[in-house]
Amino acid sequence: MTASDFWAEGEPVVDKAAPDGPVETRWERRKFSAKLVNPANRRKLTVIVVGTGLAGGSAAATLAEAGYKVKSYCYQDSPRRAHSIAAQGGINAAKNYRNDGDSVYRLFYDTVKGGDFRARESNVYRLAQVSVNIIDQCVAQGVPFAREYGGLLDNRSFGGTQVSRTFYARGQTGQQLLLGAYQALERQIGLGNVEMNTRHEMLELIIVDGKARGIVVRDMITGEITTEFADAVVLASGGYGNVFFLSTNAKGCNVTATWRAHRKGALFANPCYTQIHPTCIPESGSHQSKLTLMSESLRNDGRVWVPKDAKDCQKPAGEIAEEDRDYYLERIYPSFGNLVPRDIASRAAKNVCDEGRGVGPGGLGVYLDFADAIKRLGRKAVEAKYGNLFEMYERITGEDPYETPMRIYPAVHYTMGGLWVDYDLQSTIPGLFVIGEANFSDHGANRLGASALMQGLADGYFVLPNTISNYLAAGPFPAVSAGDAPVVEARKQVEDRIAKFLSIDGDRTVDSFHRELGQIMWEYCGMERSEEGLTKAIGLIRALKEEFWTRVKVPGKGEELNQNLEKAGRVADFIELGELMCIDALHRRESCGGHFRAESQTPDGEALRHDDEFSYAAAWEYFGADGKPVLHKEDLNFEYVHPSTRSYK
Amino acid sequence: MDIKVRVWRQAGPSAAGKMVTYDVKGISPDASFLEMIDVLNETLILNGDDPIAFDHDCREGICGMCSMVINGVAHGPEKATTTCQLHMRKFKDGDVIDVEPWRAAAFPVIKDLVVDRTPLDKIIQAGGYITAPTGTAPDAHATPVPKKDADAAFEAATCIGCGACVAACPNGSSMLFTAAKIAHLGLMPQGQPERDSRVIDMLQAQDDAGFGGCTNAGECTTVCPKGIPMSLIGRLNSDYRKAISKR
Ligand SMILES: Cc1cc2nc3c(=O)[nH]c(=O)nc-3n(C[C@H](O)[C@H](O)[C@H](O)COP(=O)(O)OP(=O)(O)OC[C@H]3O[C@@H](n4cnc5c(N)ncnc54)[C@H](O)[C@@H]3O)c2cc1C
Ligand code: SF4
Ligand code: FES
Repeated sequence: MTASDFWAEGEPVVDKAAPDGPVETRWERRKFSAKLVNPANRRKLTVIVVGTGLAGGSAAATLAEAGYKVKSYCYQDSPRRAHSIAAQGGINAAKNYRNDGDSVYRLFYDTVKGGDFRARESNVYRLAQVSVNIIDQCVAQGVPFAREYGGLLDNRSFGGTQVSRTFYARGQTGQQLLLGAYQALERQIGLGNVEMNTRHEMLELIIVDGKARGIVVRDMITGEITTEFADAVVLASGGYGNVFFLSTNAKGCNVTATWRAHRKGALFANPCYTQIHPTCIPESGSHQSKLTLMSESLRNDGRVWVPKDAKDCQKPAGEIAEEDRDYYLERIYPSFGNLVPRDIASRAAKNVCDEGRGVGPGGLGVYLDFADAIKRLGRKAVEAKYGNLFEMYERITGEDPYETPMRIYPAVHYTMGGLWVDYDLQSTIPGLFVIGEANFSDHGANRLGASALMQGLADGYFVLPNTISNYLAAGPFPAVSAGDAPVVEARKQVEDRIAKFLSIDGDRTVDSFHRELGQIMWEYCGMERSEEGLTKAIGLIRALKEEFWTRVKVPGKGEELNQNLEKAGRVADFIELGELMCIDALHRRESCGGHFRAESQTPDGEALRHDDEFSYAAAWEYFGADGKPVLHKEDLNFEYVHPSTRSYK
Repeated sequence: MDIKVRVWRQAGPSAAGKMVTYDVKGISPDASFLEMIDVLNETLILNGDDPIAFDHDCREGICGMCSMVINGVAHGPEKATTTCQLHMRKFKDGDVIDVEPWRAAAFPVIKDLVVDRTPLDKIIQAGGYITAPTGTAPDAHATPVPKKDADAAFEAATCIGCGACVAACPNGSSMLFTAAKIAHLGLMPQGQPERDSRVIDMLQAQDDAGFGGCTNAGECTTVCPKGIPMSLIGRLNSDYRKAISKR
């Protein structure tokens, strides 16, 4: 594959904001060198924050507390409903409350290694440092974390780490953390420091004199389009897992905010880095609209298997004799068994299903069997540990996992890629900052469990409020008005696109296109990728795009609540993103992190990374809907944690 | 399975609404209730009709966005279950199912099954928080919290803000929602300094936002998908009396 077929290569991109010198003091030194804004001037500065999840909610509240004027936006009817609310497992922090050898350095080390050496050391170190403040902040807000009998905070070990550094609130950690940030935000709204705009969707970025100065939004109730101005714009719009149609994300999660910024010049980094979670409830039929995650902890006691012989797949599990079952994880990975990392467990499940040995509807599932655990520990003990998960499973599938083995299948769960940002979390467009899952910054090619919540809150409470001042110190910037040429143009782009969607009046629904895109992405740009498959996918997506713009049917008008019009805009952007993801995946001829490249494996079939060629972040520049994206590489240097190879055999 | 749904259709806030009947054929019992509506909407769109507008997002029972009154019950027939977690296997072939929006004075209909629930946020704005500006917090272990209190606070804090309690209440009261937040924050040591002003301000905001008064009808807790108990309303009332007596 030569670059020239699908992409072009440009100049490297460099992070100019990161200080060098000892990693331990980089954040301290950056905070000291950053310009400050005099408290009296902050009132004159406005910041737009798109998104009210952990990242956006915490940032908006904190900026308002600091005295800035904040305008906040979300597509739901309340900021409390951002997708962060759904996170279950927990949040990491290097508190070392367990005295089990944890430290900032160890969390830093684990995160760089977990990201398979594709993240920036400076950012990851800062994340680990700030993690301890997050827990203090959340406790002060009244977040009801799990506690021990002595009244101190409880911790658990999560995702195979050797230390217990995960703080949690039963299975609802995201909900409790988000409510903390939401309440702080509501307090600022009540005080008049934040103007909250719910059911408002950002559809375009406004750039004036090279700086991000505002957004175009649509009021989702009336359909009114308005232009909103500020001295800086922060995108905290979450991840893009819904490009796969079926994912564990909420139905409204989308890429529009960041994709619109990308089209206006912001580089998009590592779009192909997605995380696929092995323990989700499988699809039950063509009506399936989303997938539900079940905690990974189930693999501690459940045994994964499929029938040895494809002919047995239609039989009830109980009728398949022990010797006819293939406990494939235990067979292939004798030392880790059912506890191999997420990507390995996911890929192995897809492989056995591709061989025709999958179980359940469509053959897209593998068993997770608790029969042995129930025999060994007793039903009571299993119930105490997993009762609520079993209940959730039964509610969705109608099957009782105490009696018949659960069926699980992998699903897209998280996207590590996102808009490229420097150490200050500023994108390549001055004045445009990107935080939370929407940026690419901290997890490299794979994210550790319980680290997304940590990153969202680190960015929103502690990092952005310190770095954005360096930019805002040069403001207030000259006033922008609705009549300025770039504003008029951005607004027209939005209006034209809406008019176009409504005028096509074709014969296919928006959802049908979304499903088809999802199938292409899952098949060719999911867990295992190959040059042949990706090339094919790019062709399929281009054809789908063409078909979308000639055959989609969007009912109703623009000037009303129109949920299909909202979806049409999101799906149009997902189609473009999908193509870039495939190009990014195609160019990265190595297996690394959460993804496996068929052409890059060891003789015994394990992932093979190529540090000599690919030790960089791939930041893509947009060159028109039919132009070739341009690749800008950011070289990654590892001064502290030296690249090594994983082995789970 | 083949069913009929009778759905509340209302074009806009000031339009008149009515129940309209639709046939849904061949739906899988494994489909969720919202997936059944998705399937119906796909047909409506291709037939040139206006699809049914409804709120939803996580479809996991945690965001609080979904909100349908099904056969007269907020969130439908299954106990402690949000609309999005309800599955078609709970119904029978040939059933006729009524689907309506939340109905309450404080929640005007926007379109079809979508209502405006922003008044709930107004209650939180008035005092449903602990004042702790970023960066001012002491170490998390500075104040131990008895496990019993932390667990009870957590239970109260699991409220998803869906508003089913309001929809079910004959008075359209949001008392259960408010009580859940009062209990969550009032059970934590960090919540003590603002305990008195919180309950007074939140109750005032609740009245100002157009919610009705609580007469202990108990319908709220019956439909609450998170099982928030009526006892929290008792707790709120006692907090309120104490707070007022100090004024
Ligand atoms: C089921 C599930 C479980 C998880 N469990 C864990 C866990 O245990 N631990 C962990 O660390 N991580 C977990 N994660 C990952 C983690 O929850 C997310 O990465 C994180 O919450 C993202 O936060 P965010 O603030 O970046 O974005 P989000 O919470 O997704 O918020 C996005 C915000 O942007 C708004 N928005 C989006 N687009 C627009 C637009 N165009 N216009 C206006 N507003 C817009 C939305 O309204 C919303 O307010 C889990 C994820 C899932 C799906
Ligand atoms: S108390 Fe229950 S019914 Fe009321 S908003 Fe909270 S979760 Fe919904
Ligand atoms: S859609 Fe989120 S609770 Fe039902």
